[in-house]
Amino acid sequence: MPRVAAPRLMALAHVAALLPLAILIWQFARGELTADPIRELVIRTGDYALVLLVLSLACTPVSKLSGMPQVLRLRRLLGLYAFAYTALHLIVFVALDYGFDLDLIWKDVLAKRFALVGVASFLALLPLAIASVRGRMNQPGRMQQWLHRLTYLAALLAVGHFLLEVKVDRRIPLIYGAIVVLLLLFRLPWVTKGVREWRNSMSRKH
Amino acid sequence: MLPGIGSSAITPERLYVSRREFLIATGALAATTLFLGGCRQPGPTSGPGGTDFCQSAQASKPTDELGDSLTVCDSIINYNNFYEFSTEKEDVADLARDFKTSPWTVQVGGLVNKPKTFDLDDLRQRFPQEERIYRMRCVEAWSMVIPWLGFPLASLLKEVEPASKAKYVRFEALYDTKQLPGQRRGLFKWPYVEGLRLDEAMNDLTILATGIYGKPLPPQNGAPIRLVAPWKYGFKNIKSVVKIDLVEEIPVSLWMAASPDEYGFYANVSPSTGMPGRRRTSMPAWT
Repeated sequence: MPRVAAPRLMALAHVAALLPLAILIWQFARGELTADPIRELVIRTGDYALVLLVLSLACTPVSKLSGMPQVLRLRRLLGLYAFAYTALHLIVFVALDYGFDLDLIWKDVLAKRFALVGVASFLALLPLAIASVRGRMNQPGRMQQWLHRLTYLAALLAVGHFLLEVKVDRRIPLIYGAIVVLLLLFRLPWVTKGVREWRNSMSRKH
Repeated sequence: MLPGIGSSAITPERLYVSRREFLIATGALAATTLFLGGCRQPGPTSGPGGTDFCQSAQASKPTDELGDSLTVCDSIINYNNFYEFSTEKEDVADLARDFKTSPWTVQVGGLVNKPKTFDLDDLRQRFPQEERIYRMRCVEAWSMVIPWLGFPLASLLKEVEPASKAKYVRFEALYDTKQLPGQRRGLFKWPYVEGLRLDEAMNDLTILATGIYGKPLPPQNGAPIRLVAPWKYGFKNIKSVVKIDLVEEIPVSLWMAASPDEYGFYANVSPSTGMPGRRRTSMPAWT
């Protein structure tokens, strides 16, 4: 297994997470975001948010399977970027798409299940994001554990939001859904135990 | 007052105007914050086949009757909902490049006294082409102001003489899995089908369009002939029509079959009624 130094990995993650935003702003400024740029902004920020959230959730399993503990350090960083893109997604929707017309948003959010589920996903991410930014996550505790579990809920809600939004072709949201469920299964105690035993047996063989 | 369309079915101008005002306001806001301007004027998207077609684009007026600018030609021909080719709006123009639109016939029949199959050239000659500038509104909450070329559907229907039992008009689009890759996927029950009530079909606003911007329709916009009923949501305006039948029973459209909760038969553009679910109360104006 190649050893990548943690700081280098972190730097790479920062670049990878910020690059899509830079490209998005560049294309927006140049008028290259389709004939409906606001919609494209909403779609792309939503996509990036979901990808980053899934990557963040994948850190623990990947770290355990690969035996690279430094991967675990990416979890908070990727999670915060996922939250940032989620917030951006929401801001573009509220500010650019609806022009802060709260009346209209209120009517629409109430009328549309996908919007409600999206808001629920954002709310599920919010407490952990706040706690993470404040650096409170170092002390272990039941509270922190629950906040982390909320991330899985947020991911499931985000997939639901995506599923309800697409018109007919449900393949892509379903793929995301399958990945999230797999990642969730991986965190079940007996699966974790199984993986640990498998790793131990592997290392004994070599 | 137009026959058959209540004033309640038309989006009040006030909604557009207020929409525009806040778009301008947020444009200014956005320019000073994260996004470096440019959000009030959606730029033309350069895409496949765009430049050649649009260089000779012609329209009699720069705006519609409300004073809203025509949507730039490049946007109209490169941002297309045409699932027979792709569910990705920006891929359609490229995939439709080699779509064969000649020879093309439109078979008109059903409950009529004189069923007839028209050749497209014949249709173009028989019915004088006129320009109609309409705003097309998509249920996805975007709209475009498009200078169509076409002729009233009523002229065609009068020619075949609807029988007294006919109550609806059923339209069918081309089914050709060789040319239309989207039809090879099982997402829908192809072909695309749409319908109008007979009086809606006979309304002078309803046209069969054969061109945009003074030129024959490009494939991605529904060549060679498509329906345009401006008070209906975009999906009602079936593209690449091959068959028109007068019928007694209300036709089941492709979208009604696929998603009955969200797509109704009438789908009139209206701020207060109509599409439940995926529908925004007012539409942005791209100009």
